[in-house]
Amino acid sequence: MRLIRIGAGLPLLLAAVASFFLFPEYLSLLNTLFILAIFALAYDLLQGHAGVVSLGHAVFFGMGAYTAAVLAAHGVTEPVVGLLAALLLSGLLALLLTRIVVVGNDLTRLLVTLGIGFLMLEAANQARWLTGGADGMSDFTMGPVLGLFRFDFAGETAFWYSLAALVLVYAFLWRLTTSPFGLALRGIRENVRRMPAIGAPVRRHLATAYTISGGIAGLAGALLAQTSNFASLDMLGFERSAEVMMMATLGGTGSIPGVVLGAVGFSYLKDALSAMSPKYWHLGIGLVLMLSVFVLRGGIAGGVSALLRRLRGRG
Amino acid sequence: MTPAIETEGLTLRYGHFTAVGDVSLRVEAGARHALIGPNGAGKTSLVHALTGNVPATAGRIRVAGQDVTALSQAERVRRGLARTFQINQLFRGLTVMENVSLAILERERKTRQFWRSFAADRAVAEEAREHLAFAHLEELADRPVRSLPYGSQRLVEIAIALATRPRVLVLDEPAAGVPAAQSESIFERINALPRDLTLLFVEHDMGLVFRFAERITVLVGGRIMTEGTPAEIQADERVREVYLGRRGHHGAA
Amino acid sequence: MSGLISILADGIAYGMLLFLFSIGLSVTLGLMRFINLAHGAFAMCGGYVAVVLLNGFGVPFLLTLPAAAVVTGLIGVVLERSVIRHVYPMPELQQVLFSIGLAFAAGAVANILFGPQQQPMLLPDWLTARVSLLGVGITGYRLFLVLFGLVAAGLLVALFNFTLFGARVRAAVDDRRAAEGIGINVDRLFALTFGLGAAFAGLGGALAVGFLGLDPTFPFKYLVLVLMVVAIGGPGSIGGSFAAAIAIGAIDALFKYLVPEVGNYVIYALLVLMMIFFPRGLAGRAA
Repeated sequence: MRLIRIGAGLPLLLAAVASFFLFPEYLSLLNTLFILAIFALAYDLLQGHAGVVSLGHAVFFGMGAYTAAVLAAHGVTEPVVGLLAALLLSGLLALLLTRIVVVGNDLTRLLVTLGIGFLMLEAANQARWLTGGADGMSDFTMGPVLGLFRFDFAGETAFWYSLAALVLVYAFLWRLTTSPFGLALRGIRENVRRMPAIGAPVRRHLATAYTISGGIAGLAGALLAQTSNFASLDMLGFERSAEVMMMATLGGTGSIPGVVLGAVGFSYLKDALSAMSPKYWHLGIGLVLMLSVFVLRGGIAGGVSALLRRLRGRG
Repeated sequence: MTPAIETEGLTLRYGHFTAVGDVSLRVEAGARHALIGPNGAGKTSLVHALTGNVPATAGRIRVAGQDVTALSQAERVRRGLARTFQINQLFRGLTVMENVSLAILERERKTRQFWRSFAADRAVAEEAREHLAFAHLEELADRPVRSLPYGSQRLVEIAIALATRPRVLVLDEPAAGVPAAQSESIFERINALPRDLTLLFVEHDMGLVFRFAERITVLVGGRIMTEGTPAEIQADERVREVYLGRRGHHGAA
Repeated sequence: MSGLISILADGIAYGMLLFLFSIGLSVTLGLMRFINLAHGAFAMCGGYVAVVLLNGFGVPFLLTLPAAAVVTGLIGVVLERSVIRHVYPMPELQQVLFSIGLAFAAGAVANILFGPQQQPMLLPDWLTARVSLLGVGITGYRLFLVLFGLVAAGLLVALFNFTLFGARVRAAVDDRRAAEGIGINVDRLFALTFGLGAAFAGLGGALAVGFLGLDPTFPFKYLVLVLMVVAIGGPGSIGGSFAAAIAIGAIDALFKYLVPEVGNYVIYALLVLMMIFFPRGLAGRAA
């Protein structure tokens, strides 16, 4: 896994830049893929690095989306300001929720994250005056990024805007996961019972990770609202929470480039297949998920590093 | 002189079952103190209660004169009370080096840092290498723990505990599950620990106990039956009785 | 007042269904430590079996119930033997992923076979009639559900407390190693228990069609409530699950009636509050 963690960032970035010139008619799809990659990276800080499962992470994504949309609707049209506000508010929401997410066992944690998800969905649905309820929010316009780059119809600005955010998040998380704090998170994943025996404040570590993860998920949500000019209830629904878990897992939970690939591959397939038939998409993803538990445990990243190991062993 | 550990009426109950009953134990600073007793005597339960792994039902625990009864396990570690586990509790997917480094980083409260690479911290790496050298694990430093032979994993247990810089180290059957030849070398390492580190260890093998312990406490049915020097314990009729009935089980273990 | 009582009866009937949905999950969690988020798929399966038999083949309603239980139970055993038993030793994350995948696949299969719409179910007249009980009018179906739920719970309690099978399950829940040591065939026990849990869910699903409706989103629709029942009642506890299911059903129905604007999420708010004050569940037992 280490092998591809170090070297994969640059090729991925080059591929992303190349896609701008190769698929100019798919820029808005590419923009969505970048955003979902950010969301998956945020989620995987919990699942892949700290080993903690959450079934309600879309809450933070939705929080970010609505924050950006509501700010824009009230005249704050600078996208970067909206992005930062979404990061802070979602992080704050995560911080408030840590108390009930971090304690307890896996069952109660699943339950709580699920419950919070439904609670927030219902709250956003009820608060029609703020969120537009089931109709969503689209009556807002974003200003130019940093006052310079206007969002265009082809989606060129959105492409670079989201890619820049992805690069920043990627670099930040890469640094974080190789830091002492990142090592402590992996310690929690590997053996949460040993951690107190080396004097580690497990809850504090988890709370920090949860807050950072929630904040970045909010950033991703804000990006989606800003670049699609739309915020809606499905951005914080259960299906989105389940999907982010699948993206991380299929890509290779615990590996940053793996998760990016997983998110991109998953979302591309979803876009292509569900246009044809949503029910076959669900059947396919369900079967793949069940299979993934037995074969290809490490997802795409695990498969690649196993392949590299084998090639090296021969050579 | 203030004892390194002192318990007063320490009791641990699970429902109606008393695992540890009214144990008042004194371990002198710098001692090599063994805790023995037949299976189910409550040795591991006593270790759990001492180190805060399980909160005690009643009684008090003092480490170097300081009352730690109300403190969590992590806080007791910060006051110098570390332990190892009878069944390996390791960070199996991390390398040996990472296992030990993590304990050092937690001790130094450096795990709050997320802007620099932990591998670049020279001081931590140097100290980790020292612990590994002591445990004869240097050559395995970059191997994931799960790939190590069991005997080496037992030494990682000890190296992690040492990295917390304890004043008192509680070892719960440090050589459990390894062949006799290797348990010998594990105890040789334990014996080489600095004399100002207080050791309290649980062990089944009487040969090892009588060779390495300077003081022995015998636990039966969760209570202290007797305590003394190895010679006194060896001569004690009651101790022999407790063990004779179960010789088949423990004589060779 | 009588309105309140009939709402309460509604809630209790709902609670009975929740009990049937969750008891299998509770026992498999307590026994195999298997977090099965796809348990709701068994309830859905029972629902479709009943609908097909009733609407397609004209099988009388009362006969569709045991048929739904048996078919779902058999499917459960086959799945357990072929695939699911390999998931038991995996870490929680893998179990969650696997069971979410299973639930997605099950919903998709239902969608492919039966379409995304709600399934109609024509209940016999004697069930749709209103009955007057102690001066309070309730639909016969609610009353039927309550009675049926009580009988099912009683049967389960008897099975677990007074039969050899039950004693074996309880022994294995307490200490699996010891149970194996005294010669209990744990593998077979797991398969039987899993099948039984699936059968009860299937029965619940068949009963639920006329009350909660049935469509391919069923596996996830009641997931939170079912998990709540298990967490509050304590994994592996029949009595605990029963009490928790009735309480949750009643509270949910009551608040939806009293404060319709916010009634939908009172139960989730309750869940969050519960987790603040009782982070390990009311039963206090770790899963």
